[in-house]
Parts: sequence; structure tokens; C-alpha cells
Amino acid sequence: MEQKQNPIPINTAETAVPFWRDAGKRALLFQIVALFVVGGISYYLFSNTQANLARQSIATGFGFWEKEASFEIGESLIRYSAADSYARALLVGALNTLKVAFIGIILTTILGSFVGVARLSSNWLVSKVAGSFIEVMQNIPVLLQLFFWYAIFYESFPSPRQALNPIKGVFFCNRGFIFAIPESHSAHVAMGGMFLVVLIGGWFLNRWGYKRQELTGKAFPAGRITTALALFLPLLVWAFYGAPTAMNVPELRGFNFQGGLTISPEFSALLLGLVLYTSAFVAEIVRAGIQSINRGQIEAAKAIALRPGQVLRLVIMPQALRVIIPPLTSQMLNLTKNSSLAVAIGYADFVAVANTTINQTGQAIEGVAMIMVVYLFFSLSTSVFMNWYNKRMALVER
Amino acid sequence: MPESTAAKREQLKPPVSNVGIIGWLRTNLFSTWYNSLLTIAMLGILAWLVPPLFRWVFIDSLWNSSAEACRDIDGACWSVIPNNIRFIILGFFPEGQEWRPILAMILLLSLVIYSKERSRWKKSLAWLWLINLIIMGTLMYGGVLGMPVVETSQWSGLPLTFLLSFFGMIVAYPLGILLALGRRSEMPAIKTLCVVYIEMIRGVPLISLLFMSSIMFPLFLPEGVSIDKVLRALIAIILFTAAYIAEVVRGGLQAMPRGQYEAADSLGLPYKHTMRLVILPQALKIVIPPSVGVLLSVFKDTSLVVIIALYDVLKTTMVTLSNPKWAGYSSESYIFLALLYFVFCYAMSSYSRKLEKELHTGH
Repeated sequence: MEQKQNPIPINTAETAVPFWRDAGKRALLFQIVALFVVGGISYYLFSNTQANLARQSIATGFGFWEKEASFEIGESLIRYSAADSYARALLVGALNTLKVAFIGIILTTILGSFVGVARLSSNWLVSKVAGSFIEVMQNIPVLLQLFFWYAIFYESFPSPRQALNPIKGVFFCNRGFIFAIPESHSAHVAMGGMFLVVLIGGWFLNRWGYKRQELTGKAFPAGRITTALALFLPLLVWAFYGAPTAMNVPELRGFNFQGGLTISPEFSALLLGLVLYTSAFVAEIVRAGIQSINRGQIEAAKAIALRPGQVLRLVIMPQALRVIIPPLTSQMLNLTKNSSLAVAIGYADFVAVANTTINQTGQAIEGVAMIMVVYLFFSLSTSVFMNWYNKRMALVER
Repeated sequence: MPESTAAKREQLKPPVSNVGIIGWLRTNLFSTWYNSLLTIAMLGILAWLVPPLFRWVFIDSLWNSSAEACRDIDGACWSVIPNNIRFIILGFFPEGQEWRPILAMILLLSLVIYSKERSRWKKSLAWLWLINLIIMGTLMYGGVLGMPVVETSQWSGLPLTFLLSFFGMIVAYPLGILLALGRRSEMPAIKTLCVVYIEMIRGVPLISLLFMSSIMFPLFLPEGVSIDKVLRALIAIILFTAAYIAEVVRGGLQAMPRGQYEAADSLGLPYKHTMRLVILPQALKIVIPPSVGVLLSVFKDTSLVVIIALYDVLKTTMVTLSNPKWAGYSSESYIFLALLYFVFCYAMSSYSRKLEKELHTGH
């Protein structure tokens, strides 16, 4: 019996691997196919859209930006009238979105941290009230909450003639909350400037104090000095300008109030709804962040005789913030995105203005694209900030 | 002697101030001076808020009366709910056919409750769902067994809310898994496509996608082809949800230890089998609780279809309120609706928490 030779040839460099067995080539082929499929679908949709637009004779492009908008906007941070262009109307909308998002983020952070800490309180009653607040707010759609608050503000409040007047110069009615504000005076600008100067000075003072503490071990109460100066110096400026006390008091003329500062029911409902809804989520994040800290850390901090305030500021917060900040930013982004629901209750945010623009001009594609681009810009700039922050925090990590 | 001291010690009871109601009050409400202050302040706020609210809800209110009777009372007019309950829940579904959506909803809810038990998660459950979804679809649409056809434009109220959230979730899940795998892929083109899609969708509000579905989809299609309005909104919700599910699933994939991939590789399993037999069964198990969270937010987000004029349960309530007879009772109606949403959402969120605890086997 002759031993049979193995008939299978040994795979040498000369015998080429068929391309469907080569992982690299296969991956390349697969990617090319995927790109072709995506490209093909896009082309198909694009050509359909082209044909449809041509048939309905809708012009594409952003030429409509220059045209007269010819619709009024209820509230605006910059001067705007119906005679202005669409571009300016959209800018008004974007600023309104930023306004509600900015104020909302500040209030949400404050309320959310407060409720989160209350949830952890050793006081049973406080903890339970905070817990039920969180459950109720998280489990009701935010749009329903907006409608609810808007209905309260718009239906349950009296008309301007019967406006509630809890304290002098403050009126609550279904046209909004109207406050008396100080008459504009050059002193106020100077006071604001002084406040800013103190804040910047305080930052440098804090840095200097920190350095000195590192060198000599002596603490410097930079925070307290800055707070005192920030309160006192603007008052000094105010007195220097002759202490103007004139107030711009709202007055009922005809069917509505004139003067003062009016916060519209739309804005209040939107702000209240967004803040209550989002702060429930923020509270859970804050709670998780504080709970993530090892008990030993707090005990160690107490053992080296740090005061309770210092334990919080120097030991708990730096570690808790590392856990809190990433989900917190995503909640802030959610708040900004949810502010687009303003369109449902008639607050003139960017989506509402863009929607009106779409209805008037028929430029649907441009309108929806603009909405997406604006919100993508917010999101991407937030994630750029987050990456920067995470990198900075990673350096601190051991 | 030592025995008697031990007996004496046993007889000594803890001081009254440390046990029972007083002890509980002391440790939980009045442990320190500021806790006592906090308790008193909180009780004060509750005493100021609760009695008038209680009066409004229960004492001065009417529960089942005519709209005219409601004009003369100070309290809540809950009568708006029983008088309009059929329209709020079922919307424009034809008269006489109410049993169909109600039966479909009962089927859905009992299926959900049946699927809660983890011991029932088998392949047969998926088939059960598929069969039931077909039955529910048939019940809603009709056209067979002598049930008249009900166009989707007449589907409204609570069935529409359920339809959008459950179908949205079920279709979006496989799509989300594919996107997550694509994002973790080593092929640059696939990875880029998936990352761009996920980040773009997550960066924009749902409402912009809904606008897109209602205004732009008709332009995308060739002449003469039109898709149903409900389906268009459903597609927008699916596209939106898929991106969020992709991120949830990616979390599960990243949590898999490297050894699992290496073990599958060393067995010579191809990519397809590595994923299907080794990685995904484990990764998907981890992400069940956050997936319930996604379902919860989809359920809440379906209320946004109000803005593109789809008649979900929120819109039917608003239509009721636009009736001059019942106008002005928005608070009552919205509170009822909030309660409805709360019941479902709370059930889902506590279920998700329970699962998390059960599945956390502690490594």
C-alpha cells in the first residue's frame, strides 16, 4: 500500500485567495455596495423632489429671506415689525428660542439640584414630597404640561380690567404677568458694568488667594469678599448717580396694560412646563451623582477637620460633578429641543416662525432644513463643549 | 448573680422616645433643629395648598352632570369627562364599531401584562406578539368577517397613541440594533454613515421630523403615490426612535467584555454568528431596562403628533374643549389625561426599575 499524498495544495504566496474569502476586499466591496444603495436612494428621492417641485412650480433656494415677512410676532428681543424681512423674523425666532432655553436652563439647574438634594434628605416628609414631584413630572408628557399651564394662565386668570394686584405695581391677568420696573437711567448701565468688573476682579482674586494658600497654607476668603463687593459697589455707583428711584409703573389703558415689564402667558407657560418637566430629570441626576460618592470620602474629609461647607465644596462637589455634568448637559439639550413645542401654544420660537414662513412661502424643504440646522448647531456646539470638559476632567482623574 | 443582671437587662425596654410612632417621628421628622423647621415649613405649605385643592377636586365638584349645571359651581367640573369619554378615548371611530378598538386595546394590554414575566420570554412569545399584532390590525382596519373597513384617517384617540408608540418601538428596535452594529463596525464608510445618521437625528427635535413627514414626504414620492398620514407620522417616529435605541444598544455592546469577542473568533465563528449567537443575546439582555425607558419616552412623545393635526388622545381632548358647551374646563380634562398618561408611564418606569434590579446579578 502506497501512502497517498495529500492532494490539497499548501496555500503558498503564489496561490491567490479568491476575493470573496479575503476579509479586507470583502469589506471594501460591502462598503461600496452600501454607499451605492444610500446614494441611489438619495438620488431617487432627490429626483422625485425635483420633479414634484417643478410640477408645482415652487422655486427653491433661500431667496425668500429678503422678502417682506408681513406677519407680526408677539414678543421680540430686537426691534421687529411686519414690514421686516423673513430673515429678520427668523432671527427673532432664534433669539426667542435662546431666551427661553437660557432662562429655562438656569431655573432648571437650580430647581433640579434643590429637589435632588431634598430627595436625599433625612427628613421623611421632604424626601417623599420631592419623590412624588419627580414621579409626577417625569411621567406626564411635556406637551400636556404646557397645555395645562397655558390653560391655567389663559383661562383661569382674570381679564386685564379685573387683574389681580397682589402687591403694588404687580398685576396678574390673562395677558400675562406685569411688573413695575425701574425707569431706564444711565445709572443702571453703570451699575451693571460695576457688577461685571467686580466679578472679573473676584475671579483674579480667587486665583491669587488659591496660589497664596498653596504657598503659605493661609486661606484667603476671596468668595466672601467678592460677594460683599458685588453687593456693595453697584449700590455705591447708584448713590453716586443721585439714587434714581423713578419706576415705570404699568397702567390700565383701554383693554390692556401700558408700561412696565410684561411676561406673556405663552412664555410663562412654556418656561414653567419645561422647567418643571426637566428639573425632575435633573433631580434624579443630581441624586445619583451625590450617591455615587463613597462614604469614606466624606468621613476622610471630616477627619482632616474640614468644615461642612468645605467638605461639600472641596470633596463632594468636584467628584459628584464629574458624574453629574455629562447627563446634565444632555438634559439641557433636551430642554432646548423641547422648547420647540412652543409652536403648540403660540410662543414665537424659531420653529413657530419657521412654520409660519413655510405656510406663507411654501418653502417646505428650506424651512425644515433650517430648523434642523439650527438645532444641530446647538447640539454640536454642546457636544464640542462636552468633549472639552471631559478631557479636562480626565486630567484630574488619577 | 450574673444571671440576674442578664435577666434584668432583658427586661429593660428601649426608651419610649426611640421606638414606636414617637421614635419614628423623632428620627425621620425632628432629628435636628433645622429638620424640625423644614418639617414645619413643609407642613405649612401642604396645609395651605391641600385643603383648597381638596375642596376643588372633591367637595365643590360635579362628577356627572350636564354642562349647564357646571356653570354655577366653584369646584371642578369632572362631568366633562363622562360626557365626552367616548370621543376622548376613541375619537372618530365609527359609531357601533366601538368594540373593535376596545378589544384591540384589551388584547394589547393583556399581551403586555403577559410578557412582563421573564420566564415567558421565549421564541413562542415573539410569534404570539406577531399573531396578535395581525389580529389587532385586522380589528382596527376591518374589511373581513363582515367588519366594515375603517380608514386610518378615522383611527384616533387612545388606540392611535398605542399604535404609534408600540409599532414605532417594535419596528425601530431591529433598525436600532443594525445602526448600533454599524456604529461599532470597523468599516469606515458604514461607521460614518451610521454615526452621521444617529447624531443628526439625536440633534434635532422630534417635531422637526414630524414636520418633515407631514410636509416633505409627499415631495419625496413619485407623482401619484401618496402615503397615509398616520403611516407618515409613524415613519417619522420610527426614524427618530431608532437613533435612540441605537445608542442604548451600543451601550450594551460596549459593556461586553473583549473576551467574548475573542472567544467567538477563536471558535472560528463568522461575524454574523458571533453577533447572533454570542454578543447580541448578552448585550440585549443588559439593555432591556433602558429600552423600556425608550418605550416610555416614545409613549410620551407620541403626544407631539397633535402639532401635525393627528387625532391622538391629546388632540381628541382638545377637540372636546373646543366645543363651546365644554369650553373652559381644560384643567379638568388635562388632569384626567395626565392621570391616564401617568398610570401607563408609572407602570413602565417602575417595571424598568424592577427589571434592572432583577437583571443586575452583581459581578
